[in-house]
Amino acid sequence: MLTLTYRDALNEALREEMQRDDRVFLMGEEVAEYDGAYKVSRGLLKEFGPKRVVDTPIAELGFTGLGVGAAMVGLRPVIEVMTWNFALLAIDQIVNSAAKMRYMSGGQVGVPMVIRGPNGSALQLAAQHSQAFEAWYAHIPGLKVVMPATPADAKGLLKSAIRDDDPVVFMEGEMLYNLKGEVPEGDITVPIGAADVKRTGSDVTIVCHSKTVAQALKAADRLAEENISAEVVDLRTIRPMDTDTIFTSVSKTNRCVVAEEGWPFAGVGAQVVDYIQRNIFDELDAPVIRVTGADVPMPYNKRLEKEARVDPAKIVAAAKRVLYLE
Amino acid sequence: MSGSTASKKKGSKRPAKATPAATEEQCRNWYHQLCLLRRFEEKAAEAYSLGKIGGFCHLYIGQEAVGVGVMASLREDDYIVGSYREHGLALARGVPPRSIMAELYGKADGCSGGKGGSMHLFDADRNFLGGHGIVGGQIPLGTGMAFAAKYHGTDQVSVSFFGEAAANIGSFHESLNMAALWKLPAVYILENNGYGMGTAIARATASMDLFHRAYSYDMEAEAVDGQDVFAVKDAMERAVERARTKSEPTLLEMRTYRYVGHSMSDAAHGTYRTKDEVEEYRKRDPLVIMAAFMKKQGMTDDDGLKAIDDEVKTEVQDAMDYADQSPDPPLEALYTDVYAEGG
Ligand SMILES: Cc1ncc(C[n+]2csc(CCOP(=O)(O)OP(=O)(O)O)c2C)c(N)n1
Ligand SMILES: [Mg+2]
Repeated sequence: MLTLTYRDALNEALREEMQRDDRVFLMGEEVAEYDGAYKVSRGLLKEFGPKRVVDTPIAELGFTGLGVGAAMVGLRPVIEVMTWNFALLAIDQIVNSAAKMRYMSGGQVGVPMVIRGPNGSALQLAAQHSQAFEAWYAHIPGLKVVMPATPADAKGLLKSAIRDDDPVVFMEGEMLYNLKGEVPEGDITVPIGAADVKRTGSDVTIVCHSKTVAQALKAADRLAEENISAEVVDLRTIRPMDTDTIFTSVSKTNRCVVAEEGWPFAGVGAQVVDYIQRNIFDELDAPVIRVTGADVPMPYNKRLEKEARVDPAKIVAAAKRVLYLE
Repeated sequence: MSGSTASKKKGSKRPAKATPAATEEQCRNWYHQLCLLRRFEEKAAEAYSLGKIGGFCHLYIGQEAVGVGVMASLREDDYIVGSYREHGLALARGVPPRSIMAELYGKADGCSGGKGGSMHLFDADRNFLGGHGIVGGQIPLGTGMAFAAKYHGTDQVSVSFFGEAAANIGSFHESLNMAALWKLPAVYILENNGYGMGTAIARATASMDLFHRAYSYDMEAEAVDGQDVFAVKDAMERAVERARTKSEPTLLEMRTYRYVGHSMSDAAHGTYRTKDEVEEYRKRDPLVIMAAFMKKQGMTDDDGLKAIDDEVKTEVQDAMDYADQSPDPPLEALYTDVYAEGG
């Protein structure tokens, strides 16, 4: 095991996959000479040269579409979006081209590409730079949506995403890049579509992903102080969702909280709740409660921003409510 | 780069008249193709009114010389993407009429297995990589194929077709900039048929010489008589040569016209253009131009031309019979081809 930051784990995954397969190239704004807006691509230009690490103009629609076209004829592009907020300019190519190509060509033309970058809010970046978009992409058949919460998952899932034959929306946590953790050495992949129980428990299940995983683990610590045993299920992949792991956990605890950074309306948690009530309704001892970001554009003011965010205290409170303790 | 002042001046001349140098066999072949594209669409219109073809259906009638002239200049391993107005492009590329008609009918034997329809014809074996339904959406795709050709170090060329209205969308500009910046072997075929649905070019476009837009990106460009196979082929050969040997992109503005409505739900004339206007353009029908040339050269006579047309009619009827008899895709097909594995 190595101790790496989430950023360096991603960097290793990129480097190893580019070494392994020369069809893989990285393209995006500031990925080459600047070493990446968030330094995820540090050193890659030096190692692989400008043919495979390509700085682009600020043209999200154009270079994402270029990636789709390149993938259609045999390359394996990794397209970096500086943040997912800016990928709104590219969403036409992600949804109308990448996600549809295999289907509308009757299976003739696939799009093996990764579109990756930071998602969610950082600190005081205000409304246009503080958004979590996973529910948007998870809605689309033809896309996979992957969201690692730890350095080990970041590395293993990015390697899987690059090897995948379908378009993968790979969302990194903007606040997770400095997170340190143990990462297995060598060519270790983490499968897409497999959730992970990050902490076992028996009283309540907390389903979470990306940034809310660390928050759920903190919440579980606090609950433990009150003799409440929480199980933390990290989805890791939003689409396809690993419902088996959710069902196994909730069938054991009979109570569930779903925590996500995004907005409540038609969010990822709504889908989790739908799966649970349709499949294991009889296992529930209480309605499932969701903890989400506030249903507003993100404010700049620090106090208001804090109020809008998910935090461990809100998860603790929700867990107590499904246990009828509050 | 070579987009010098001199060549810009050359480019801004009126559409060039080419001096045709073609064998009788080539001409017969092109006339055959022109007829095929025309008759196929006429029959598609019939099938549409019988309810055999559904959804949106955009015909290529009037623009045939562009598809035929461009495809005549390409190699089998070159890449092609187009818009939803791509039946004629697929035919000119050599996609069998049977599999195109079956696709229009939504049948299992269609070139996209019945899942694409009129707007999404694909034939990967011929590198015909789609009709695409979002205006301008295919332009970055074609640019990416050019990027891939250069990346692999092949001398393949990538050709993107789109309408003049698509020259106002961001993806056009973003693509041209990247293609010029990175010297990609791309050819952009702007089919200027004068209208985007019911909007005449002058009502949507501040500068009417659309090929000039390439000069903002230091890219070579030409305006071309899109009714004349020879002119199209001539300009296309220059563009292909530039892409293949120098890895540089070109924008060709093909000046053409559609004789029919925007789609099957739009009349040929009445609201946004007059009957007289359409009649005027009909005088420069690409089939008539090619026929006149062949007769003048003594390559054939009226009987010879009719024989070609009759041959084509049989071919198109055969495509319709084939499409009629082809089965619907099985219901299980609904859930396949979404992902590489597991449907
Ligand atoms: C982004 C987008 N906006 C609007 C439409 C609806 N639409 C389809 S075709 C068309 C006109 C396009 O005209 P042009 O690019 O000149 O191509 P033509 O139809 O003349 O071949 C419009 C507005 C669309 N398909 N995509
Ligand atoms: Mg038009």
